[in-house]
Amino acid sequence: MPERFVVLRHRELGDLSSLRAYRAAGGYEQLQRAVSTMKPAEVTAVVRASGLRGRGGAGFPTGAKWAFVPDDAGPRYVVVNNDESEPGTFKDHEITLANPHQMLEGAALAAYAVGAETVYVYCRGEFWHEMARLQRAVDDARRAGLLGADLWGRGVRIDVHVVAGAGAYICGEETALLSSLEGDLGQPRLKPPFPTVTGLFGRPTVVNNVETLANVPPIVAHGADWYRSLGTSGSPGTKVFSVSGHVERPGNYELPLGVPFRELLELAGGVWRGRALKAVLPSGASAPAIPAAAVMDLRLDWESVAERGSLLGSASLIVLDETVNMAWVAAMTTRFFEHESCGKCSPCREGTFWLDAVYRRLIGGRARPGDRALLGAIIGQMDGACFCPLGEFAQCVPRSSLADFGQDYDALEAGAGGRPAGGRP
Amino acid sequence: MTAAGLRSAYGAEVERALAKYPPERAASAAIELLYLAQVAYGHLTAEAIEEVAEVLHLDPTHVRGLAGFYSLLRERPHGGYVIHVCTDLPCALRGAEELLERLCERLGIRPGQTTADGLFTVEAVMCLAACDRAPLMQVNLEYHYDLDDAALDAILADLRRAAAGAGRRPPFGWGPPSDPVPGGVEDLSA
Repeated sequence: MPERFVVLRHRELGDLSSLRAYRAAGGYEQLQRAVSTMKPAEVTAVVRASGLRGRGGAGFPTGAKWAFVPDDAGPRYVVVNNDESEPGTFKDHEITLANPHQMLEGAALAAYAVGAETVYVYCRGEFWHEMARLQRAVDDARRAGLLGADLWGRGVRIDVHVVAGAGAYICGEETALLSSLEGDLGQPRLKPPFPTVTGLFGRPTVVNNVETLANVPPIVAHGADWYRSLGTSGSPGTKVFSVSGHVERPGNYELPLGVPFRELLELAGGVWRGRALKAVLPSGASAPAIPAAAVMDLRLDWESVAERGSLLGSASLIVLDETVNMAWVAAMTTRFFEHESCGKCSPCREGTFWLDAVYRRLIGGRARPGDRALLGAIIGQMDGACFCPLGEFAQCVPRSSLADFGQDYDALEAGAGGRPAGGRP
Repeated sequence: MTAAGLRSAYGAEVERALAKYPPERAASAAIELLYLAQVAYGHLTAEAIEEVAEVLHLDPTHVRGLAGFYSLLRERPHGGYVIHVCTDLPCALRGAEELLERLCERLGIRPGQTTADGLFTVEAVMCLAACDRAPLMQVNLEYHYDLDDAALDAILADLRRAAAGAGRRPPFGWGPPSDPVPGGVEDLSA
């Protein structure tokens, strides 16, 4: 299946980071058409009909989210989630650098649809210099009259502010992001109420991922039927798949959802060094590992991956070759979650701490009898008990590696080292 | 540093940060002000925390809490160049741990330490959202991709030259951002 560029249009058209290039490619025409000729509800309706689902990981229907915003008086907000931090995910980074205006136009369309005058683009702090480019894009669009007050003489105002986070994976969770944006610790809030009703500053707020919003201008341009001609009925459109790890050509690949993993792997040059595939983590550190035998013909859409007992999430596929010990992989994802647990709830804070402690001694050659059972017991105490998805995701790779790759734990308990062959390509 | 280090060094930036939010929501600017304060004061000293709290009408204890929570906010002194090596899973699969070892060997320090001349601090960090270009690192939040030994040595030599040229150590902390691809964005105001 060939790549199909809806979001990564710069791959075909050349660098779209300048306003001039983006406008030459039809940029901001949809925003102008919407503001000039469409009612806000019509914009929501076309996005809803397209079946667009959130690209940040949850896959929630975008149009439905917008429609939840109540029609009351007072300010409301659109917040762009550019806190891309899932291990293995690097798609929003590319969009921010090479096609930032498409995301900004999508955010402005979202703002128009829900009646928001203010958009905050919350970027992970490590995108420090990338933020300068984004700010430049915002400034250029404002000077050209494409953002700001009284757009196209219709009395519509859309201001965009670029905002920095400061190094906290949890801020990718939408309510933690809002807490951070209010100057607080980045810790999640109880849902409901959902942000669409009680969000930033207690006001209705739509939080959408960068890639999600970059899909919106093409949907408004070409219509819901066109969008549904791509992908599957349950997962319409294209997806930017971030492929990392043991492949010849790691990178972002944009393909219709539902593409078999086999074809994505071929595009990425196959498993590196002529080795065999061992397993794939389909959503970074946050989804159960899928063994090679089960993954090759798996269709990459949210339903198919869920049926296989894993999660497509943000579609960040970490490819693992035959040399890798899966207990080591679980130790690595556990180390990540232990570091990133926000500390709010004890099942996650303590659970990730103890999982990490046990995994460190396992891969350090200091395994104790009963460690595997202990890992299972800790996971059992975390399961369903964590305040937010982070603590639940933390269990995924440990649990699946224990279930499907027990022989790798045998090897560690026998004193074999856990690190992969690794090395530079 | 004077008690008004943040405002005297970055008055305009502070105003711009505050202007992003409704006046009664000034607390939202906390992270941005802490970034500026750690440049103005070198790191987030008690005075830096006090000044941010004062500008935002917040309890200094709350501001201190933010500094402790977010990993890019620095409560302790650091070298002029803070080098972050991503050693998370996707990077580790492509040689990140070897890169970190080599870097520490070159600088004669361990992860978390600063060189005696105050020029370099090395830290292993979690995912930096650039796994397709591993192994990689950031120097004062600027990316350096696809690193082998030769590329690493060239970068360290460049940094040493830049620091010597600036005639001061450390040359800078995390200053205001600059475009990562200078000249990459056209000015369309004309």
